[in-house]
Amino acid sequence: MNTALNTIAFRLMQAAGVALVVGVMSFLMMQAMPGDMAFRIAAARYGYDLVNADLANAVRAELGLDAGPVTQFLHWMGGLARLDLGQSLVSGQPVWDEITHQLGASLQLALAAIVLSLLIGPPLGICAGLHAGGRFDRALLVVAASFRAVPQFLLGLLLIILLAVQMRLLPAAGHGSLAHFVLPALTLALGLAAASARITRDAMAGVAASPLYAFARAKGLSDGEVLRRHGLRNIGAPVVTYLGLQFVLLVEGVVVVETIFGWPGIGHALIHAVFHRDVPMVQGTALVMGLGFVLLNAIIDLIVRRIDPRGVQS
Amino acid sequence: MRRPLSLLVLSALLPVAALADPAALDVAAPFEIKAADPVLSGDIFLKMDVMETLVNADENGALLPGLSDSWSVSDDKLSWRFHIRPGVTFHDGTALTSDAAATALNWSKSKESILTRAPISSIRAEGDEVEITLTEAFAALPAFLAEYRTGILAPAAYAADGSVVGLIGTGAFKVTRLEPPLTLEAERYDAYWGGAAKVPAVHYTAVTRAETRALMAESGDAELVVNLDPASFARLGSVDSVTVQSVSLPRVLLLKLNAASPFFDTVEERRALSLAIDRDGLAQAVLRYPAAAGQMFPPAMGGWHDEALEPLAYDAEAARAAFAAAGWLPGADGILEQDGQRFEVELLTYPDRPELPLTAAVLEQFFRDVGIAVTINSTNSSEIPAKHTDGTLQLALFARNFALVPDPVGTLMQDYAPTGDWGAMGWDNAGFTAAVKKMAAEGGADEEKSALAATLHAELPVLPIAWYQQTAAISKTVKGIVIDPYERSFGLKSAEFVE
Repeated sequence: MNTALNTIAFRLMQAAGVALVVGVMSFLMMQAMPGDMAFRIAAARYGYDLVNADLANAVRAELGLDAGPVTQFLHWMGGLARLDLGQSLVSGQPVWDEITHQLGASLQLALAAIVLSLLIGPPLGICAGLHAGGRFDRALLVVAASFRAVPQFLLGLLLIILLAVQMRLLPAAGHGSLAHFVLPALTLALGLAAASARITRDAMAGVAASPLYAFARAKGLSDGEVLRRHGLRNIGAPVVTYLGLQFVLLVEGVVVVETIFGWPGIGHALIHAVFHRDVPMVQGTALVMGLGFVLLNAIIDLIVRRIDPRGVQS
Repeated sequence: MRRPLSLLVLSALLPVAALADPAALDVAAPFEIKAADPVLSGDIFLKMDVMETLVNADENGALLPGLSDSWSVSDDKLSWRFHIRPGVTFHDGTALTSDAAATALNWSKSKESILTRAPISSIRAEGDEVEITLTEAFAALPAFLAEYRTGILAPAAYAADGSVVGLIGTGAFKVTRLEPPLTLEAERYDAYWGGAAKVPAVHYTAVTRAETRALMAESGDAELVVNLDPASFARLGSVDSVTVQSVSLPRVLLLKLNAASPFFDTVEERRALSLAIDRDGLAQAVLRYPAAAGQMFPPAMGGWHDEALEPLAYDAEAARAAFAAAGWLPGADGILEQDGQRFEVELLTYPDRPELPLTAAVLEQFFRDVGIAVTINSTNSSEIPAKHTDGTLQLALFARNFALVPDPVGTLMQDYAPTGDWGAMGWDNAGFTAAVKKMAAEGGADEEKSALAATLHAELPVLPIAWYQQTAAISKTVKGIVIDPYERSFGLKSAEFVE
């Protein structure tokens, strides 16, 4: 129990560190980007037909951009200390409102993708691992490598053409109904499943070739019983740990997939905020995503400890 | 054992594959919704028939009554009175009064709206009318009141500081869901003053990728898709379930050049550069529609387009000769030189319109062919006004809308009298400036318009490249959709589904 508390305390400190580093880094990066910020924000607000020097000057005066980066940064950190992420420079809406709306949409999509990938990847990996070197194993290697190698951008378009345009089964893009989930989630899931199938396959092959597995068989357990009692738990730890890592892949994929499918998510929002020099939005989004990773890692830690309690007592 | 499970989940999802609301008319466009404020996103609200303006415009740019059914100007031209149409209600049930209209216009004027460009001293309600007093005569005022940033929302839509807290308009559709940046949903407003719309609901989805939009048209997810990329436009032309349309817009693909730089400071150099451009080839190969701009204004702009002007031609040999006459001679590597200076220029453009970087690449080839080394910089659109302001811009390629207000003189005033961020740079023609200002104040006859066009044609402060076409894919399940050259309407309030 103590170690669990230690884990949480460690992760809390890590969260504070991440907040500081993400805040400073995203601010510095935004400052280092080329182009006049006032012009970029004016272009984002009013569009390319209207942006001109007058509007840029009005934006500069309104936002106090002449005050210099240090003042702006201190202002943002001050707001953060009061748990206030500020307001978007483009829409004028509170950053927190925009993030919750967009993060919600991204999380739903990410969750659907993870669930789908878990239904596809690990079961196939287990099958292949149990018969390592067999025909199925070799076929899976090829299929998984291809899906991992196809850019999500291409995969997404292929799925739209196949399932939405040709077969008319699903909407091509958009957001709102359950059906809209399937294509973007599947695009993400296929890439994730390809990786998790390989990880599961390697872990399974390792366990299946181990003496403990041979012993379990020797004592007369059926294949199914060996797998359930000894196999699953042994491959659990590496697979769950890898699942945590997959969220990094997922964030990368979400950015692309959201843009293709017109999904109102946080990856899409972050790209636009960077493009538009919407500094509070970039900082807020990066912060929430950074803290999200810390939380996720904490959860994975705790789950892995439950699956494999060895080392906890010592 | 487990694969059937995943199939089971998939098949559980499939029965809901039918769209959530098949009765709604879906529109997909690249423009994202920024917020509920008309100053930021009014163009979308206007086109979706959610919000309206005092003055309307038809597809030729002629002004029509809108929320104001008539207007008049005093003899001294300094006071305009817009009569408010009776019987109009906002979506919250309150009546449109002159007070409500004046409140909305005053909030618009307090922001970065078109109204800050007009010499307005006050806007107030007077009986059934909105009275706008001016500091000087300004004939283009009604056209300004047709612009989307002057859209009229109910008083309840504004917070005490003028920020917009709800999108409460007077249009044929009432907003049911507004989720920037991608989604707007609205249902038919039965009490609409112009008669209730035929379709029960309209949905707007911002989809930034042109490929996705085209696929949405093909799969039937969106009944109307606008701004197709050239390749998708060609492909969708052979799809049975949709019709593709392209409509000439008062929008022109322009090459801006810095007439104060040593490269383009004489009209001979600018003409030589113009001769290097094969406009017909470019329009056919890149834009895929025959719209090479032989002069500045497209044929649809009555009075401004002049058939008598000799079209800007392509002749690379003549271009090289003209540059040589101006003192630019090829160096060892073929790049033109003069007094030790190489003809090397940067061409700015932006990718928001998918054909711009493509066009820039073709121009680079044309210019290289006559000995000009071009570096393309495809960046944020705001770099063009930014570099105009600090004087470092050399060449810029963009699409300019001459109908920001339905009267092009508004755009000319901003861009060519004498210079502007999206127009001339380092060019000053006092006679032209005076004529534009006079036209803005008093209005102008066709001869005066074509005289302005002739000046632009002779001096080439910018090079017109192509006349723009708005492209759209419309599902054959609907009729009544309109592609408006002035980009004010999709015709949704009169559209209907066909059986």
